[in-house]
Amino acid sequence: MGKVWVYAELNQGNLAPTSLELMAKARELGDVEAIALGAGAKAAAATLGKHGAKVVHVSEDAAFDDFVAEPATDALASLHKEQPADLILFGFTPDSRDVAGRLAARLEVGLISNAGDIAAKDGGYVAKVPYFGGAKLASMKANKKPAIVLVRPKSFEPKEVGGTAEVKDLKVTIDAGSKRAHVTERVVEASEKVKLEDARVVISGGRGMGGPDNFPLLEDLAGALGGAVGASRAVVDAGWVPYSMQVGQTGKSVRPGVYIAVGISGAMQHTVGMKASKVIIAINKDAEAPIMKMADLGVVGDALKIVPALTAAVKAKKR
Amino acid sequence: MTGALKIVVTVKQVPDPNSNLTLEADNTLSREKEVVLDPGDECGVEEGLQLKEAHGGEVILVSMGPERAKDAIRKGLSMGADRGVLITDPQLAGADALLTARALAAAIKPEAPDLVICATESYDGSTGMVPPMLAELLGMPQVSFAKKVEVDGSTIKVHRQTADGYQVVEVSTPALISVTAGIAEPRYASLKGIMAARSKEIKQIGLGDLGIDKGEPAETIEGLADAETRKAGSVIEDDGTAVDRIIQVLVEAKVV
Repeated sequence: MGKVWVYAELNQGNLAPTSLELMAKARELGDVEAIALGAGAKAAAATLGKHGAKVVHVSEDAAFDDFVAEPATDALASLHKEQPADLILFGFTPDSRDVAGRLAARLEVGLISNAGDIAAKDGGYVAKVPYFGGAKLASMKANKKPAIVLVRPKSFEPKEVGGTAEVKDLKVTIDAGSKRAHVTERVVEASEKVKLEDARVVISGGRGMGGPDNFPLLEDLAGALGGAVGASRAVVDAGWVPYSMQVGQTGKSVRPGVYIAVGISGAMQHTVGMKASKVIIAINKDAEAPIMKMADLGVVGDALKIVPALTAAVKAKKR
Repeated sequence: MTGALKIVVTVKQVPDPNSNLTLEADNTLSREKEVVLDPGDECGVEEGLQLKEAHGGEVILVSMGPERAKDAIRKGLSMGADRGVLITDPQLAGADALLTARALAAAIKPEAPDLVICATESYDGSTGMVPPMLAELLGMPQVSFAKKVEVDGSTIKVHRQTADGYQVVEVSTPALISVTAGIAEPRYASLKGIMAARSKEIKQIGLGDLGIDKGEPAETIEGLADAETRKAGSVIEDDGTAVDRIIQVLVEAKVV
């Protein structure tokens, strides 16, 4: 069994959900060690232990929170030099991406990005990665050690297995040369009602909504169903709604009980973030849109008429 | 630094996102497909041009691809960029992220730019790994997911998009910034711009010029299978009963 590292991303003291998802898979692949850097690392170590980490390397140096990517890259690279890993797993999240990319370049090993699954094979590792617009699934083999793999959020179900990790203080000096991209302020904009990632119903809008002025129609439906509103990359790029609402490869991955795609054609960029939904309903004026081929129910029609009627019907049903 | 900025923007030619993907029998992309300058890169070019207009300096486009990728560079030049560099070499066909980043780094280094601008990820590959690798290889700090960039002397202040808002990140030049598509609305090339672009320089270089070896690929595709597809359900025209059908599905899913 190889030595598998999980980069346990911390966001201002909190363990990122992807970290525990990665633990669930890492346990199947080898002896798991987690690396937790920044505020809250020691507290996170206990949780990581319960999820199967045998060792957790921790450092609560403020540099990990105050400076982007480089301090974490230094810490991982120096630890790897002393006690090499066979496989390093990262979540495919903005912060982890930056660290993984730098680390791969520094170790000259390359990496596999956007993986949905990973397996040990012939002493190495093979990851499943969407290919050619998501129509194909490639089995990609890492040729170098360590294999570095970024895994899409929500690919695995976190599960406690009990256990206590040995906590090791990571002795690393972050020198000034790595304290360059300085986080000086954190601004919270969105006050999410129901969290998109946790909602049991997600209603997402795309270009077919016609414009940002029509998004309140989706909010109304979400309100009636107790769900959350998402959006396609196209309308986020167009500035209709904030990035925090984006579902898809660059945005959030969701797997609700019901996903309602309204005026969304179904580009891979989007579908990769929602195709694990239990039930998919699509409303689109184009019967040939790709989303229609993956929806459990596809409705060809005018979204601006159907959505308000649906909201009214849901409300009537509840009464 | 006295204000003027030397800016490199990385650009890529990609299959037109607005045309449907088609696959040949051998799983390669159809040659008939239209190719365009990556829409994300257009935003990067726009941001570079706006910074140049505000601070003075030069915008250089660097791309890697087949010879026809010159068209993508030409598009950026017609928007107003000053010159282009195209890394083209048969050995680079199918290059992975690390090799791409190595080639770009080797081409960019001699330019000694103050700022390198990349898109967050390409429309076709969408792995988003080239920018952090490139930053590492150039020895620059990187700020990703930038939605706003302000330059004041040698200090760059970036609003970095996060899940629930943004961070303010400060960095000194030289630095690499990867931008989101929301950062700037790309301008249309004017007729004058298109005419001027015809005489702008596009330097073409190969792996040998860059002095790098292709090396062994960091990863190889062992197999390709059809992705697990969801079974298509029923598609209905809205004849007035659509709402009832949707309600029925919602009831079955126990959300109503």
